[in-house]
Amino acid sequence: MDDIIKIENVKFKYSNDDIKYAVDGVNLNIKKGEFTAIIGHNGSGKSTLSKLINSILLPTEGKIFVKGMDTSDDSKLWDIRQSAGMVFQNPDNQLVATIVEEDIAFGPENLGVDPVEIRKRVDDALNTVGMYEYRKRPPHLLSGGQKQRIAIAGILALNSDCIILDEPTAMLDPSGRREVMETLKKLHANGKTILLITHYMDEAVQADRVVIMDKGNIKLDGTPKEVFKNIEEIKKFGLDVPQVTELSQELKKEGIDLPSDIIEIKELVDLLCQ
Amino acid sequence: MFKNLTIGQHYPVDSPVHELDPRVKIIMTFIFIISLFVIDSFFPYLFVIAFLGIAITTSKVPVKFVLKGLRPILMIIAFTFIINLLMTPGRIIFELGFIKITEEGLKQAGFMAIRLTLLIMGTSLLTLTTSPIILTDGIESLLNPYKRFGLPAHELAMMMTIALRFIPTLMEETEKIMKAQKSRGADFESGNIINRAKNLVPLLVPLFISAFRRADELAMAMEARCYRGGENRTRMRQLKINSRDYVASLIFVVYLAAIIITKIW
Repeated sequence: MDDIIKIENVKFKYSNDDIKYAVDGVNLNIKKGEFTAIIGHNGSGKSTLSKLINSILLPTEGKIFVKGMDTSDDSKLWDIRQSAGMVFQNPDNQLVATIVEEDIAFGPENLGVDPVEIRKRVDDALNTVGMYEYRKRPPHLLSGGQKQRIAIAGILALNSDCIILDEPTAMLDPSGRREVMETLKKLHANGKTILLITHYMDEAVQADRVVIMDKGNIKLDGTPKEVFKNIEEIKKFGLDVPQVTELSQELKKEGIDLPSDIIEIKELVDLLCQ
Repeated sequence: MFKNLTIGQHYPVDSPVHELDPRVKIIMTFIFIISLFVIDSFFPYLFVIAFLGIAITTSKVPVKFVLKGLRPILMIIAFTFIINLLMTPGRIIFELGFIKITEEGLKQAGFMAIRLTLLIMGTSLLTLTTSPIILTDGIESLLNPYKRFGLPAHELAMMMTIALRFIPTLMEETEKIMKAQKSRGADFESGNIINRAKNLVPLLVPLFISAFRRADELAMAMEARCYRGGENRTRMRQLKINSRDYVASLIFVVYLAAIIITKIW
């Protein structure tokens, strides 16, 4: 498969006076159609990295390519932002219009898409995130999870191949988080490339690939099973591992014969109840 | 306390007046206001009242709602009435100490009171029958031709849309901060006006800081969605003039003709 995003030796600092780099020499390639989760604790550079991909920030050193387009090339700016749409943390601060469908139309309107085509894209996007019946509502009367789904629909209407989400569930309650994750899994099944930046391990477990960042660098990279079995190492970065992984490793120390890469509750239950 | 806040005073029902093109409504309201001030005898106001009556009836907005718009400016109407009554020179018809009421004053005061009342009722009808977002669309579309002279039509409309979008959000936040400060012993309700104003500082400072943060994040989110000003921008909702708008314009022209004829007579 093709690499939709290529990050080559990227370094970034917010101001020239900063001694430390926020992103310090990252190499990462994201394949088309892949669902990648980036985790790391506060200040690990994961949010900065997402803004670099969307060309909101430009790398101090190194290059980033989105669908082969250099993010520091000004003439490609809008193509890049259209190809790699971005959803932010606070659902309230990214909705622009006073009516749901108007907000979803905001992106394609900016691109100068024909009104009939916009209508079609808006309806499609609303249906995909399951919010069609809410299309005439004002956003402030929706729940956090619903607002975040509207924000995702707004990116879908841009026809982005890749969706980058910067901690989209950090401000949501558990049911809102579930709604957003369900939506993301559905989009992934539809062939969208998803880059999810998150705090929550139970979300990362649902991805194809997990990347762990610490101090501006990538420390671990692989499938959830490969990554989460390194419990000791992950804890050093100030992160948790999925509870079930930790439990099964504790059980293993007590002499129960279990593999060390269990990441789902069902897996452990099945093994224990054989 | 802000939960049921409605922005503006839009009264959402289906009626022919609600469905008129916002541009037609705005222009009609504008000319209607001018017509009120052109009239200088009492008789033509019957036409105005008749026209307003027809408009209100077809709009299906209860008269009570239209009259409610008058409440906040009742004081202003009373004030203009009294000032006009006492300050217009002319033939004195009543005198008590330093108070002199003239015939001209009485007439002038009556005109002003009627004009203001009808003006508020007319403009209320516009905002009652048009949702803020459609009103914004209408204003943007009407201002568009003046872009050539450097008028930032799109920017103004975008500002209005964002303001409308964030009023409920900021209201909610105000309420939250208020509760947080109250729970730590802040007092927003007692004391004289100056003290109360001072007590608002711990409310306004966090509110402003958060509003600036929101503005920053919103700007980034808008850019991420390819926003680059009004250039080459299309709109999903297109304003269209329908036969309904022609009918309304025709009725309005009849009204204007009636006013002009009485004026010439």
